[in-house]
Amino acid sequence: MKFLVNPGNFNKFADYVFLPVLISSIILFSIGLIFAFYLSPDDYQQGSTVRIMYVHVPSAWLALLTYAIMTLYSIAGLAFRIPFGFIINTAVAPIGAVFTLICIISGSLWGKPMWGTWWVWDARLTSVAILFIIYLIIIFMNLSFENRIVREKVVAIFVLVGSINLPIVKFSVDWWNTLHQPATISKLSKPSIDPSMMIPLIIMTFAFIMVGLVIAILRIKTEIISRKSNLI
Amino acid sequence: MSLRLQRLLFILLTLAIILSAVLLILYNTRENVSYFYTPSEIDKLDIVINETIRIGGFVENDSFNKISSSSFKFKITDEKASILVTFNGILPDLFREGQGAVIEGAFVNNDIFNATNVFAKHDENYMPASIKEDLKDTGYWNKKYK
Repeated sequence: MKFLVNPGNFNKFADYVFLPVLISSIILFSIGLIFAFYLSPDDYQQGSTVRIMYVHVPSAWLALLTYAIMTLYSIAGLAFRIPFGFIINTAVAPIGAVFTLICIISGSLWGKPMWGTWWVWDARLTSVAILFIIYLIIIFMNLSFENRIVREKVVAIFVLVGSINLPIVKFSVDWWNTLHQPATISKLSKPSIDPSMMIPLIIMTFAFIMVGLVIAILRIKTEIISRKSNLI
Repeated sequence: MSLRLQRLLFILLTLAIILSAVLLILYNTRENVSYFYTPSEIDKLDIVINETIRIGGFVENDSFNKISSSSFKFKITDEKASILVTFNGILPDLFREGQGAVIEGAFVNNDIFNATNVFAKHDENYMPASIKEDLKDTGYWNKKYK
């Protein structure tokens, strides 16, 4: 498991897995999209509009997952002085920002026909908007310091402070009255979604994970190389 | 205790303190954070005429009245209390009796709520349309789904 903390080992591991991950991302995305558009049924209430879910929900999960990973690596970077933690922070922040943006845009497109509005300031939507702003601040901070040592520490601390927002995003629909409905799948009991819709959702989630991994591997390798050659 | 462990504890403790501070703030402002009031919450509050608020609940069964093509009258209920709502405008696709809805507007008097915006709220259940037909055929269809 050394590839999780050591840049050299990561490079070797990444070379092994890159091609399989790339291929499986293409295959999963093709299967997932065929399922989402043709093989999954219309919803009893929402009709065809429910297909937006197959993009909206995976991107929302990955936006949160990316931030959770950054939080763990920030703790590792600050507490155990593992430079790889800071490399991850710099590399994956834009990926999380894009997933959040996809989630917000697809959610708007879903909200207009179903709720009758593009956007409301309820707790769930507002906390996701804050998540997006936090991602943007991290990206700008990564670009704005002259001294790399200072920069990565400040960014890691900011990531930790911003992680307070994660449980708020997750539980906002349970804690407060929101226009956004509560979670469908987080329950430990039987999820309130039919298997014929659950299967495309799971396939699309893995497709998103694989695409995220492909971009992450490329960005982390670039970051390692530019640090070695002292470009930044 | 090693230096690493001290740093880890320091970070975790700081996070815990910030998290509890934020949660305390949110907990004590939850009435403002909540997007809407339910009809039974309205019952306990003092009604302020012409103050814009949002109420949310289900559209009561057999309460929907179409006055003209763009003017509607219906009741919002949470099965404990209900509020009479009037609305001029376009209703969202999902709006129907038995369905969740959030209404933005103001009380014109103690009983009538005049809506300026109507949002449909959908639940966390997803089901293929074909299963609805099967359930109806076999008589297992729960009217609450609508």
